[in-house]
Amino acid sequence: MKAPHQTTCLVVDDSAVIRKVARRIIEDLGMNVSEAEDGSAALEACAVSMPDAILLDWNMPNMDGFAFLQALRRSEGGDAPKVLFCTTENDIGAIARALRAGADEYIMKPFDRDILTAKLEQVGLVADAA
Amino acid sequence: MTELEFEYLRNFLKQRSGLALTAEKRYLAESRLTPVCRRFGIASLGDLIGSLKLAQNGAIERAVVEAMTTNETFFFRDRIPFDLFRDTLLPEALARNAGRRRLRIWCAAASTGQEPYSLAMLLQEAGPRLAGWQVEIVATDLSTEVIEKAKLGLYSHFEVQRGLPVQWLIKYFTQVGEQWQIAPSLRAMVDYRQLNLLHSFASLGQFDVIYCRNVLIYFDAPTKSDVLARLAAQLTPEGALLLGAAETVIGLTDRLNPHPKHRGLYGHARPAAARPAEMVPPLRVAAGV
Repeated sequence: MKAPHQTTCLVVDDSAVIRKVARRIIEDLGMNVSEAEDGSAALEACAVSMPDAILLDWNMPNMDGFAFLQALRRSEGGDAPKVLFCTTENDIGAIARALRAGADEYIMKPFDRDILTAKLEQVGLVADAA
Repeated sequence: MTELEFEYLRNFLKQRSGLALTAEKRYLAESRLTPVCRRFGIASLGDLIGSLKLAQNGAIERAVVEAMTTNETFFFRDRIPFDLFRDTLLPEALARNAGRRRLRIWCAAASTGQEPYSLAMLLQEAGPRLAGWQVEIVATDLSTEVIEKAKLGLYSHFEVQRGLPVQWLIKYFTQVGEQWQIAPSLRAMVDYRQLNLLHSFASLGQFDVIYCRNVLIYFDAPTKSDVLARLAAQLTPEGALLLGAAETVIGLTDRLNPHPKHRGLYGHARPAAARPAEMVPPLRVAAGV
């Protein structure tokens, strides 16, 4: 019998603290979490196994979140993951730019458990409490 | 706070706001009223209760009531009551009221405005279907402080991230420093008024849809019954009342019935014999919704 698919989420952030906080919240929601510390490491991870969701920082060394998103959406199967930016780039222009590039949701830092949970509900990856 | 002082506070809150404060909520009273003491330069909770007894300072009395009422809310809270509005209640009301082209909605415990503005956004999204309609959202709350915040429509980045899709954030809000303000066109759709649910609703008129969510839970049974009966009186014959997930009309009033399919949705109770043959049942819902 095939095991039920466990939803997977890749957390991409150059801050180990943010990755740890996000991992704890997302794992509590029953998802399987992996981590990458910049955009290029995230692209490599996606080439091996495409996650269901990506929580994506914007400003990172090597490849930033925006460049990663553009590359991801061009790659094979890269249109599938729900991408949630999670960034201090809280300007309305940055949000609009991210959505145009293919982001599904946008989390402005600082965030808390309620916000991250609500946003994952918003993109249909967590059954909402209602 | 002594037992007697706490008892006085309980009676005061019951009379002023309907709030039924149980004995085990004493800690809540102490934690929420300590900042009120500081704000008015009052030395202790006992002195605060003493000033309530003197009944000479309306500002302190209002501050005590407002501190003890819960204002937690967020955009599209619980989602389902808003899906129901968009998919069922609004289309039905548009069909029913097509002749007079008028739609009236009441948010009876509007708090800081997220509920009425969520409905305003859904109405904006309905676009051309509402062209030429007179649409009114009346939003009331006990607290003048939260009404002032609601009128401003200014929210923190935490408040706009719970329940509101980001696409609607950039469509309907502008950035004001660290905060987000809802568009003037949406603010203009909502008529805010201070209203105590213990007082008469008669001046408000009749409504097609009433949202009264997550407030009855703070009242005792006789107060719930009274408020529900008076809410029923403000509903149009086919109108819909939406309560919070933990609230019901059952055992509290015979004027309202739960909808058989939609939890939290209520309409006028009508004995079958009194219903004209051609009259559709209240809150008729399209099959498959």
